Amino acid sequence: MPNSDLFKISSSEFHRWWNSERFRGIIYQLLLVMTVLIIGWILVANTLTNLDSRNIATGFKFLDREAGFGISEHLINYKPSDSYLRAFKVGLLNTLRVATIGIVLATILGIIIGIARLSRNWIVVRLAATYIEAVRNVPVLLLLLFCYSIITISLPLTRVAFNLFDRIFVSNRGIHIPSLIWDINSLIVLLTLVASVLLSIGIGYWSHWHQKKDRRDFPILLISLILIIGLPSLVFLMIGAKLSFDIPHLVGFNFTGGTTFSPEFIALLLGLVIYTSAFIAEIVRSGILSVSYGQTEAALSLGLSNIQVLRLVVLPQSLRVIIPPLTNQYLNLVKNAPLAVSIGFPDLVSIANTAINQTGQAIEGVFIIMSIYLIISLSISFFMNWYNKRIALRGGH
Amino acid sequence: MAKTFLPHSITISILLKESIGWARQHLFSSFGNSILTITVFSILWFFVPQLVNWSLIKATWVNNPIACQVNGGACWGLITDKYRLILFGIYPYEEQWRPFVAILLFIAIMLIVANPRFWKLWLSSLLALTLAIIATLMWGGIANLPFVSTDRWGGLPLTLILSVTGIVLSFPLAILLALGRRSKLPIIRTFCIIYIELWRGVPLISVLFMSSIMFPLLMPEGITIDKLLRAQLGIILFTAAYLAEIVRGGLQSIPRGQHEAADAIGLTYWQKMRLVILPQALRLIIPPLVGQFITTFKDTSFVIIIGLYDLLSSTRVALSDPQWQRFYIEGYLVTALIYFVFSYVMSQYSQYLERRLDINMYSK
Repeated sequence: MPNSDLFKISSSEFHRWWNSERFRGIIYQLLLVMTVLIIGWILVANTLTNLDSRNIATGFKFLDREAGFGISEHLINYKPSDSYLRAFKVGLLNTLRVATIGIVLATILGIIIGIARLSRNWIVVRLAATYIEAVRNVPVLLLLLFCYSIITISLPLTRVAFNLFDRIFVSNRGIHIPSLIWDINSLIVLLTLVASVLLSIGIGYWSHWHQKKDRRDFPILLISLILIIGLPSLVFLMIGAKLSFDIPHLVGFNFTGGTTFSPEFIALLLGLVIYTSAFIAEIVRSGILSVSYGQTEAALSLGLSNIQVLRLVVLPQSLRVIIPPLTNQYLNLVKNAPLAVSIGFPDLVSIANTAINQTGQAIEGVFIIMSIYLIISLSISFFMNWYNKRIALRGGH
Repeated sequence: MAKTFLPHSITISILLKESIGWARQHLFSSFGNSILTITVFSILWFFVPQLVNWSLIKATWVNNPIACQVNGGACWGLITDKYRLILFGIYPYEEQWRPFVAILLFIAIMLIVANPRFWKLWLSSLLALTLAIIATLMWGGIANLPFVSTDRWGGLPLTLILSVTGIVLSFPLAILLALGRRSKLPIIRTFCIIYIELWRGVPLISVLFMSSIMFPLLMPEGITIDKLLRAQLGIILFTAAYLAEIVRGGLQSIPRGQHEAADAIGLTYWQKMRLVILPQALRLIIPPLVGQFITTFKDTSFVIIIGLYDLLSSTRVALSDPQWQRFYIEGYLVTALIYFVFSYVMSQYSQYLERRLDINMYSK
């Protein structure tokens, strides 16, 4: 039968070794490996020739050399005669400072606006929606440059700075606040503060355990607040209300003493916080909306108060929806921090850029930036994943 | 219709009653709410007249910074003076009709691409053709058009070129990466995972830095690529990683049965992808794709850092003019408005598409 003949041919054709899926898979992968190797080899060879002709030695030895440039803001001691390694550390600390404060502030602002967006009050809803739409649809860099212009152009000169109780000064050179002077008194108050925070965490755990036993709710928030505010104030009064502060004062054209937040730092922080808060607000809103209204009704009919409904029923469920996208927003904030370069705030990338320009060690510099950012990104996702697992449904999916 | 026959006084009283009911429900539903409403209204009462005063009544429309100082209101003269610098950057003045036509072409092609009726194969050729025309128009060098090198390109056309080309060219790469990440072949899968996660882990700003510092080192001696092309390459490689994850999301939502059916009728892998899986998956991912485009559109402003004059960057240049420096609010406001209009229209469009997709899914 001609038909079966045809079938035979096609079946033997099908079984030829070069038609087997396994063999083809190996070939495709070999091709990919070879292409990557060849391209990589060409690039490495080019780079080596280029480095050679520019007399640049590869390696991380340059990190020990003297940096020779000043950095306007440093959390650890730094002078131009310090090494490049120290300069990188200063930059990393500046980035981490902006990122940490930024994440905290953006979360608080985002939650407030997200809840305002769901308010029963029409005008509050409209205002929150306008804020979210206006901020989300412009570049973060524009917000940042705008904030920087406000501070440096529209704020008053230092001589006529905004003056709050002769303690806090706001001028076009930044915000100047008093700083605590370290002595035995301030140490005692600070230690009490730490102790009362630890104590309230302990009480929290105890009440959680206790609640499981006799199912009574314990006013943990109120008690912790009283502890954290009350105890240190009490100690403060007991030692005779003596705490010494370094108060900023005008010398010549600038303020000295106290702590100064530079215009660059404030502008960067404001830009990042405003931009990220709009996205967080939307996440919070969709998270709360994802808990069906039946849950609230059920909780209310059990006799829980409004606050209890939010704290015990709605929030724990909406957090599961909120945490994953929130992680992305935190990562975005950290990744937008290098925009500091545009206004001259010395973050990690801007210092790396200076170092690269001075030494020509482009590959090493880029390698340092990339690996530090990968470490930061991975640790944020790791932490948030851990938190997400902790609040996820037990035994469920 | 019945209302029209009522006497006016009754109509008005009904309207009044309705609006009082509305206000009671939406503004004064409780004591706390009433206080909130009154506070917000009094703040608005204070600020809105000031805003109107500043932006319209006291504003100066003529191109004269000293008159602006005297009037004390907004200084829109800045825009009349600098709008060509803001929109077109430092593109040669007499030739600025070319970037203007480029902007119009961009808007036209975006409107065509946005229309689901035109989602056919020829659309990609039309897109490529339009991009080629825009590039020729901007570069010139043929048919009486003087040559303009890329370091003089700027303003809105540059922003549009970087973002549209970035999305369009990263798309094929993204599809390959997404397919690779879901492939059964271990080496290809690992390679794609490493590529995607590496790019997604680092900031775009450092990628742009890298493209401007590292590309010259990677190239053979004597060959230089210009700054715009380097930034464009960086944006394409970076965006591809994000797009790949979006495409993967689309691929994952195609049920197994589709794969099995395609295998059963004897399609090869590429036939299966091209004819069965991708057409369905790509339709699903259009809303997040538009979202990614908005992100890219806004994030191209980061090229300010490597010295390209996009829309935001040229605004900054315009505002660095000492006589206009004090009027930065007006400048940034207008630029923000341009960004806003593009992004807002696109985000509304993607929401419309999502609703449309939902309807299509449920009606089946």
